[in-house]
Parts: sequence; structure tokens; C-alpha cells
Amino acid sequence: MTKRTGTPLLKLSNVSKVFAGYRALDDVSLEVYPGQVLCLLGDNGAGKSTLIKVLAGFHEPTSGTLEVNGEVTAFKSPKDASQAGIATVHQFGGTFPLMSIGRSFFVGAEPTKGWGPFKRFDRKFANETAVTSMQALGITRVTDGDRLIGGLSGGERQAAAIARAVHFGANVLILDEPTAALGVKEAAHVLRIVMQARNKGVAVILVTHNVSHALTVGDHFAVLIHGQKADDFAKGERTREQITDLMAGGEAMAELEKELSTLTGSIEKIN
Amino acid sequence: MAKTNSVVARKSIGEQILNLTRRPELGALAGTVIVYIFFSIFGGSQFTDIGGVSAWINTASELLIIALPVGLLMIAGEFDLSVGSILAGSSVTLALVSGFWGLPTWFGVLCALGLGVAAGYLNGLMVTKTKVPSFIVTLAMQFGLAGLTLGLVRLITLTTSIPLKDDSFVKTMFGGKFGIGEGAPEQFENAVFWALGIAIVVVLVLHVSPYGNWIFAIGGDIISARAAGVPVEKTKIVLFMSTGFGAALVGVIQALLYNGTSTSAGQSFVFNSVIAVVIGGVLLTGGYGSVLGVVLGTFTFSIVNRGVFYTGWDSDWAALILGILLLAAVLMNNTFRRLALSGGKKKEVKKND
Repeated sequence: MTKRTGTPLLKLSNVSKVFAGYRALDDVSLEVYPGQVLCLLGDNGAGKSTLIKVLAGFHEPTSGTLEVNGEVTAFKSPKDASQAGIATVHQFGGTFPLMSIGRSFFVGAEPTKGWGPFKRFDRKFANETAVTSMQALGITRVTDGDRLIGGLSGGERQAAAIARAVHFGANVLILDEPTAALGVKEAAHVLRIVMQARNKGVAVILVTHNVSHALTVGDHFAVLIHGQKADDFAKGERTREQITDLMAGGEAMAELEKELSTLTGSIEKIN
Repeated sequence: MAKTNSVVARKSIGEQILNLTRRPELGALAGTVIVYIFFSIFGGSQFTDIGGVSAWINTASELLIIALPVGLLMIAGEFDLSVGSILAGSSVTLALVSGFWGLPTWFGVLCALGLGVAAGYLNGLMVTKTKVPSFIVTLAMQFGLAGLTLGLVRLITLTTSIPLKDDSFVKTMFGGKFGIGEGAPEQFENAVFWALGIAIVVVLVLHVSPYGNWIFAIGGDIISARAAGVPVEKTKIVLFMSTGFGAALVGVIQALLYNGTSTSAGQSFVFNSVIAVVIGGVLLTGGYGSVLGVVLGTFTFSIVNRGVFYTGWDSDWAALILGILLLAAVLMNNTFRRLALSGGKKKEVKKND
């Protein structure tokens, strides 16, 4: 196992989450270490979203414990989680398309200058901080903090959201399908940003169902099937085929491919 | 930008002009200029001289006092359709307290403004607690309050209009008039000063203070705003209270200006404020808009509304022009918003994608 020593930043022990009789998460244990990318793999409905919602404080687990830096903690709200340094970035960046980069970067934590009732929003500081933080992640094309978020490309919006999380001291970054809606180039861009955040010592939890993206950046992998952790392994311990088969539910993928090949065969016969 | 960080590009003059074309107010400004020129031609000198100017400035001032807070609320993604009944209710309250019962005018003014703020608070509370769309909540308030006002006034005074006689300083403050120049007739309402004051406050709130960011964020993406720690409910309630205050203030101004009021006062403000705000470039779904835009939208509305009288045409045509203008404004605003969103992206970069 790759440098899995010391206390994990975040540790889930036997966590289950039950919604009205349905076990969305069943006895899942995970460890998240600083400076590592944990890829959370699984098909649709495997429980990935529920898991990250537990981590982000949106759901409280039905049973099991959550530890932050070795201490048992219960998140009552998303605010508790963000105070513990856990930030979630959603597929579309979760930002405000019609706000400027500088303004949206500081929503809820506006920098001010001036005194008392004469406090003003510090636009210059906001713009410069936002642009410098994005450039630190390799987005050099963005130089004007007054530009609207909606004018950025999908990858740049992700970068803005990640830069924001890092700036506000997130040490666990949950990225929910960051590459799903992006083109090949943009996705590569985002993966590079993931590596940059990782090199800064941030623990990254990358949720994806794209195995190649996961293999490119992941240090550790966990595969969820029907709410259960089906496998848990470090980089290099499994092949791509093994992972794909596992995600699709064991042997099913091979069978499906066989079935598909007979179908194409029959079409060729018709032609 | 005097001291520029090395990584942050300095904007050239060309870029600054380009940025100007991306300002959301540009469409609104074009609208104002076009209708002004139009009515200067067809309305003649009577429209452009001081009498004509005071006519549309007065209309604009009263409308601004309501449209500015309605604009803020719309940027935060909510509607207030109850301003008409809040206006009527508070002007009737003032006339009842100080006209019918003869209590001091300042006390009546306080009661009227208090009613407006309380109705706004109730709107805000209902919208944030029940999650029913503000369109419905404030529509219910508009009808409910109108009925309550009419019913109570008829019970108490047996009529629907109440006179209010007052010559004190309070009357001058709210319902006074002034002229420009030595010995000029008093053509301008003191509402001009109230509108100016409120415009300054709203500029400070939206564009200067950190709270403006909350308003944009709530209208842009309420879930993200809440996740970022913006007090969404509190902000919305305060905004509803400010539209209530604006409507009540115009109610007070009208009651004192016209020496009385009736239960049907101010109903036109419900749609007029929305029209002015939308012509001013505020996005109906929230998250986008500016104070300058709302001011220009209100000017455009008032110029059309008053200008038609000077053309000698039937005033029925004003509504037609406003309808067309509203549609044109929304289409134009969409274009300008697209330009703004295209940002500094260069064409060759797009081709590469």
C-alpha cells in the first residue's frame, strides 16, 4: 500500500445509511489520507452520492462512526463538515453563472475594506485573489476577475470552484463527477488540477464512473456495488478490465459483451 | 487599478470600451435615449420644456421609490405583486389616523410606514417558511390587503375616500413641491429627493456593501448560496420589508400631496414596477441586474407614460408602446447578457475546441 501511514484525515467505520427501509449504504469503511486521491467508483445507484452526502454533512449515518483526524465526530449539518475542512464541488462547479469571478469566489465570506457601517466590498482584492488562486492551479487564461463565471469553460468553472475550496482551507476535497460533462481536453485539464490540489497536501475524493480518469490520478480506489464496498485497493493492484467488470457487477460485463457481439454478428448477416 | 498584481492583466482602453458594451445597462440606456428622442420629435417643445420634464420626472420618482426595492428583490429571485395594496393600505391608514381621527400627521406617517414594513415582513415570512412561490404569496397579499382595506374603511368612514388636511412641515416633507429657478412655478414633487435618497442607499447596498453579493448569490443559485453560508431567509425577509416600505412611502407621499386618498390608490404600481425593472435589464429569474438599469428602465417607462399626452394622440397608445417596449427590452437584454457571458473569450480559442 502506498504511504498509508499515520492517522487518516477522515475515517469511516462500518457506516450504513437506511432510507425508509432501503439500505443505500451498507457497512462501508474508508480511510482518506492527506496528499492522496481516493477514487470512488461505482455504477449509477451504487451509493456514491449517499456516501459523499454523509461525508459532506447532508446526511447523518444510520449506524457506524466518522472520525476526523482520529476523533469521532458527528456532522449535524453541511456547515459542520465545511468547518472541519471538507468541501464538495459539484459537476457544474456549483457557482453563480451571472456573477463575476471575484464576487462568486467570496460569496458568504466577502472581503471588506473601510470601517464600521462604511464597510465596502473589496472588489480589487476579491478579483486579484480569485485570479491568482485560479492561476496557481494552472488556469492562466483567466486574468480578469470581473469576467462572469458563465463565460468560462466547464473546466475553468471547475477550477474556480476547486480554487475557492482550497483558498478557504479545505483539506478534504470531494469532487462529484467533475469530468462527466466535459470534453476530452477539458477533462484532462481538470485532472491536472486534481493532481495539483493533491500535491498541495489536500486529500481528494474523486467520484467518477470513468475508469480511465480514475486510473490516471488515483492513489487508492474503492468500488461500491449496491451500497456495499465491493473492493478496496491501491494503485497498480488491479487491471482496468478487473475494475470495469467489478463496477458492472462481476462477470456481467463479459457476458454483456458476448451478447453484444452476437447482436452485431446478426446485423452483419442481414447486410 | 493603480497598483496591479503582476499576474492580473491591466485592461487596455480598447478592452475597457469592449467591457462597456457588455454592461447590462447599455440596452436600458439605448431604450431611454430612443423613447426620449421619439417623444421630443412627436411631443414637440412642450415635452422637452420644464413642464414636460417635471411631468415624467415626478412619475419616475414615485415609481422609483417602489421599483428600486422591487428590483433588489427580483435580483434575489423573488416577486412582490402586493405593492399596490400596500400603497393603498398605508395611504388609507395615514388618512384615517391623521385625517379622520385627527391625530398628529407624523404619527399617521409612522403608522402607515409601519403597516408597509409589517406587510412586507409577513410576505417574507410566508415565502421563506412555506416555500410557496412569492408570486402566489404576494398575489394573495395584494388581494387580501385590498379587501381588508376596503372593508375596514367602509365600516369606519362609510365611504371609500378620506380627505386629509395638513399644512405642517410633515406635509412639505412628503407631499411638498418645488420649482427650479427664481420664482419658477412649483412643478417638481419632493418625491424626487426621496427617490434620489433611496437610489443612493440601494446603490450602496447592492454594489458597494458586502450584502449586495448575497443578493446576487441568492438569485443566482440559492442552494450554493446557502451552502456558502449566506443567511438566505433573513436576507429575503429584509428585502420584502424594503419593498413594503417603498410602497408605503409612496402611499404617504400621495395622501399628503393630494390632500386625501381612496382605497383604490396605487394599483397601477404592481405591474408598472415590474415593467420598469425588467426594461432596466434585471433578469426575471434573478441573479442579474443593476441599480442604474432600474433607474433607466423607470425613466423609459415614465417618458412613454407621460410623453403620449404631448403628442396629441389618444393616451390608449401609451400601453401599446409599453407592451412593445417590454418585449423589445427583454429580447435586447438577452442579447447583451449573451455578450457579457461570452466574456473575454477570443474567437480563435473557440475554434480550437
